Amino acid sequence: MLIKTSASGFCHSVPSDITSPSAYQGRRELMKLMATGAAGAALASWAGREALAQSYQKPSKLAALAGGKSGVAGAIVMDKVTDYKDATTYNNFYEFGTDKADPGKNAHTLVTKPWSVAVEGLVKQPKTYTLEDLIKLSPQEERIYRLRCVEGWSMVIPWTGYSLSELIKKVEPLGSAKYVEFITQADPKTMPFVGSRVLEWPYVEALRMDEAMHPLALLTFGMYGEVLANQNGAPVRMVLPWKYGFKSGKSIVKIRFTDKEPRTAWNKAAAQEYGFYSNVNPEVDHPRWSQATERRIGEDGLFAKKRKTLMFNGYEAQVGQLYAGMDLKKFF
Amino acid sequence: MISRQKLLLSPAAKPIFFVLCLLPFVWLFYSALTNQLGANPAEALIRATGDWTLRFICIALAITPLRTISSTPALARFRRMLGLFVYFYVVIHLLSYSWFDMGFDVADIVKDIIKRPFILVGFSAFVLLTPLAATSFNAAIKAMGAKRWQTLHKLVYVIAGLGLLHFFWMRSGKNDFAEVFVYAAIIAVLFGWRVKQFLKKKKLKSPGNADDAILTR
Repeated sequence: MLIKTSASGFCHSVPSDITSPSAYQGRRELMKLMATGAAGAALASWAGREALAQSYQKPSKLAALAGGKSGVAGAIVMDKVTDYKDATTYNNFYEFGTDKADPGKNAHTLVTKPWSVAVEGLVKQPKTYTLEDLIKLSPQEERIYRLRCVEGWSMVIPWTGYSLSELIKKVEPLGSAKYVEFITQADPKTMPFVGSRVLEWPYVEALRMDEAMHPLALLTFGMYGEVLANQNGAPVRMVLPWKYGFKSGKSIVKIRFTDKEPRTAWNKAAAQEYGFYSNVNPEVDHPRWSQATERRIGEDGLFAKKRKTLMFNGYEAQVGQLYAGMDLKKFF
Repeated sequence: MISRQKLLLSPAAKPIFFVLCLLPFVWLFYSALTNQLGANPAEALIRATGDWTLRFICIALAITPLRTISSTPALARFRRMLGLFVYFYVVIHLLSYSWFDMGFDVADIVKDIIKRPFILVGFSAFVLLTPLAATSFNAAIKAMGAKRWQTLHKLVYVIAGLGLLHFFWMRSGKNDFAEVFVYAAIIAVLFGWRVKQFLKKKKLKSPGNADDAILTR
């Protein structure tokens, strides 16, 4: 066997390894084009297609709340954005009724001013933030996320907010803090169905600390360039694009850091059906229905076949490592 | 009372009633065509046709008690049509599910039925209703003999129960039974009335009683 070392002297490359002069010249030309900006024109149609895919109608209904560009990986999906009308008339927000048309009809009674959010529990800097202070805590970013409901439908919604991690860093959790709990508003005077026996009130959700620190976990104040509509969880909610929609608590009034895994609202109602993690997973079915496919609201018409659901709702590259080594069938 | 009888016996009564029963379907069809079924039209169609099936079961089962209590025998003319409308709406319900939810994919439907037993309950109700719809014409009654025909058609109580269970099970995911209880209460009252009549008849045990023929129908 012939082993080549530096001692064996210069070896000539085989002809197929050598770049042909024409290809070499071609690259030079492309670089020149780039430098002069001419490539811009060539790429314009491609870029234009992207811009077109992500344009959406501004609803002009509520106060504007613009978000800047986000540098977070996975912040903008290229799927077609769902119509504002669908996103505000087809909701699960049981405090306003269990029919999906109910929140849009009933949530006008929600009072969002004044609003404050208490941050408490295992933190060095517990504090009650007024909504105004919370909005200003970090620059607002626009994130266009897929939203997958556990019931088997999905939407694509442009949210405005910032990574929850920004707030968490400010309040300095203690080493003993392992979980973050979100307690939402439960006011029977303004929320007609609080007190119904469907769920235990207030609606409580929670995340493991590393999930809460993930940059995609969005503390959300707006949608479609405006403040949140009441039926979508005004004035402040969570959005966790890789989890089923119900994990994202709406109209949050308290964020608490704990050392024990909190019991969450749906887990309390039906533990065998709704686990703590509730990550979107086409391979782990809900006990009573398949999670392999979904219907995209407003896009998949009456005669369209349902589309395949993606692992972690398409955010596997970003969040997959949070669950490395975990049996996702057991920790559903 | 006579005028009510007359109205129901007029030749126009049946066609008018037919059109009335068809209205929910026309309205759903129109809404689907003009995209007015909301954000999830498939779900809206499946649920609405299911609701209308249950409603028509209730109306059909209400005919006999109403007829007896209000002494309006002419109401009996409409019972068969109502029963057939139950079948009509359940067929559309089943079609909407298989087509708009499942894309007529048999493998997917089978998987879905295993996953969601309440679908099997609903499907059984449909299967049981089929012989009732198929024997709803006069010749079938003659061929079978009135007694056997009546026995077969008593299946409707089982079918109503299965329909209710189907609805209850479907709603159990949301712990939201308010609507289910409304239908259950209506069907329970209608069934309870029949049980009461049956017991009364047993007690009387007078074969010559002229009212008997009406009460037992």
